[in-house]
Amino acid sequence: MISIKKILGIVWLLLGPAVIYILVSGAVANIDPAGKKDINNPVIWIIIIAIFTPIAIGLSIFGWYAFKGEYDRVPTSSLDLSNGKS
Amino acid sequence: MDNSSVKGISKVIAASSVGTMIEWYDFYIFGMLAKTISIQFFPEGNATAALLSTLAIFAAGFIVRPFGALVFGRLGDLIGRKYTFLLTLVLMGGSTFLIGLIPSYKAIGIAAPLLVLLLRLVQGLALGGEYGGAATYVAEHAPASRRGYYTSWIQTTATLGLFVALGIIMLVKLNMTDEQFNAEWGGWRYPFWISILLVGVSVYIRLRMKESPMFSKLKKEGKTSVNPLKESFRRKSNFKMVLLALFGAVMGQGVIWYTGQFYAQNFLETKALLDFEQSRTILLWAIAFATPFFVLFGWLSDRIGRKWIMLLGMLLGIITYRPIFNTFLEDTNIIEWKKENHTVSGEHTKQQRINGKKDFLSIKTVNYKLDNGAAYTEVFTDSVFVNGNETLVHTGKSQPAQKDKHLSSAIYWKFVGLVFLLILYVTMVYGPIAAFLVEIFPTKIRYTSMSLPYHIGNGVFGGLVPFIGLLLTTTYPSDPLVGLWYPIGIAALCLIIGTVYLSNKIDEQVGD
Repeated sequence: MISIKKILGIVWLLLGPAVIYILVSGAVANIDPAGKKDINNPVIWIIIIAIFTPIAIGLSIFGWYAFKGEYDRVPTSSLDLSNGKS
Repeated sequence: MDNSSVKGISKVIAASSVGTMIEWYDFYIFGMLAKTISIQFFPEGNATAALLSTLAIFAAGFIVRPFGALVFGRLGDLIGRKYTFLLTLVLMGGSTFLIGLIPSYKAIGIAAPLLVLLLRLVQGLALGGEYGGAATYVAEHAPASRRGYYTSWIQTTATLGLFVALGIIMLVKLNMTDEQFNAEWGGWRYPFWISILLVGVSVYIRLRMKESPMFSKLKKEGKTSVNPLKESFRRKSNFKMVLLALFGAVMGQGVIWYTGQFYAQNFLETKALLDFEQSRTILLWAIAFATPFFVLFGWLSDRIGRKWIMLLGMLLGIITYRPIFNTFLEDTNIIEWKKENHTVSGEHTKQQRINGKKDFLSIKTVNYKLDNGAAYTEVFTDSVFVNGNETLVHTGKSQPAQKDKHLSSAIYWKFVGLVFLLILYVTMVYGPIAAFLVEIFPTKIRYTSMSLPYHIGNGVFGGLVPFIGLLLTTTYPSDPLVGLWYPIGIAALCLIIGTVYLSNKIDEQVGD
């Protein structure tokens, strides 16, 4: 299980930038000042890219932690966290 | 637990749940009345009003909710749960009531949409702070062996808030004409005004409650956090759990929740083309039947753990979403309906002038009734041009557009059953999640740490279901169910992460 966690970590690490790329490509393809649908509206794309970029970075950090073995032993008690263990 | 303890915890649950349900009610009525609000405050053809409308709809859900989680989460960890979630309730109720008092765009111009935007942002902020406080407050009162069961009552509120909002709007709308409902000071404002009564009662109840015992103990011992944001997100041991909670549980829960409660209703109305009443009563029945399962799965999670119940809910969504939504389309397929015996039950034609000229649109509406009790309406549009000799030139009738499909009784209850299933998945992912989130974070930074992933999962991942659905439908128009790949994909990703990385062990000791 530990090696699966680490291998999948690489997948999450790469998925972060992939999500940003997909969103930016989607914005470029769909923004249309003459269009009337939500997906043609640049403001919506700006909001979504702005809010999703930190989430995608978070996914990459999650992947990095998984790859480095930070989740090999998942804390089962919040006491572990308050003591700063694991 | 003795009788007085049970009575005590019941009061805690009631005080927290009623307030949270009202906050959801307040948040939902804006979305449900979006069309009327748009006409009153955001008129078409005005670019500034259109921009403000977009911000009111999107920014309140996506940006402000997580921001509210940070602001009020921090406050809740610094000054306590009770006063923080009392403040969010007052902010939410006050801003909802005030939205109902804003004069229309016609009366005060651009100030109207600006005020609506401002109050909508306050609503989003307050919602971001409410849930974490209520869940934490109940969990910190509950005994370890029943934490899932007691917090599951909080989990019913998001669905009950939708139920109350749908019910009140329907009640008002069915008791007046469309003109009376949509008028400047018409019936659409009543649900906003009713909010102040509900909030008043809830504030009164909450004021009589005591602070959470665990937080009070920490405060007495001087062990509360000095900087909850820093401790939550800059200490690696805690931050990695915030990430795990988001990607391994809440992200999938958010899309399952949104698809079951909102996407389904929208789909029945805009794709299956059901009439106003049926598209809403189907959801009302399904919610009424499914709501007890929040408590059942919360209770079950105390016995077998939280993880597998939540992940099973996601798996069922992944497997059955497309067949269920496909059934909605097939059973409302008008080509099949036309093969049944049907009669014309009503017919009328009206003329609509084109740009004030003599030319006009001839709009013919025909109502059909099927032997099995189903009914539908077809609208034929014909452009008629008046030439120099005053003779009429018809361009020919358009392909008829169908609307207001009314299901036969058998199909109606079949749809109730299918929407019930969708909401049952919601109860599986959502019932145990408050206890799950409470247990992975320590008391002194619990409010902050659990609020952020919760509101990113629900507000951002869940809230994006309709937008990404529209994006996919526009990109791949041949498949009417293509929009479902977004919730299916996110739930599948979350299922994998949750299966591999989450622990199913219940943390007995949350008073740390």
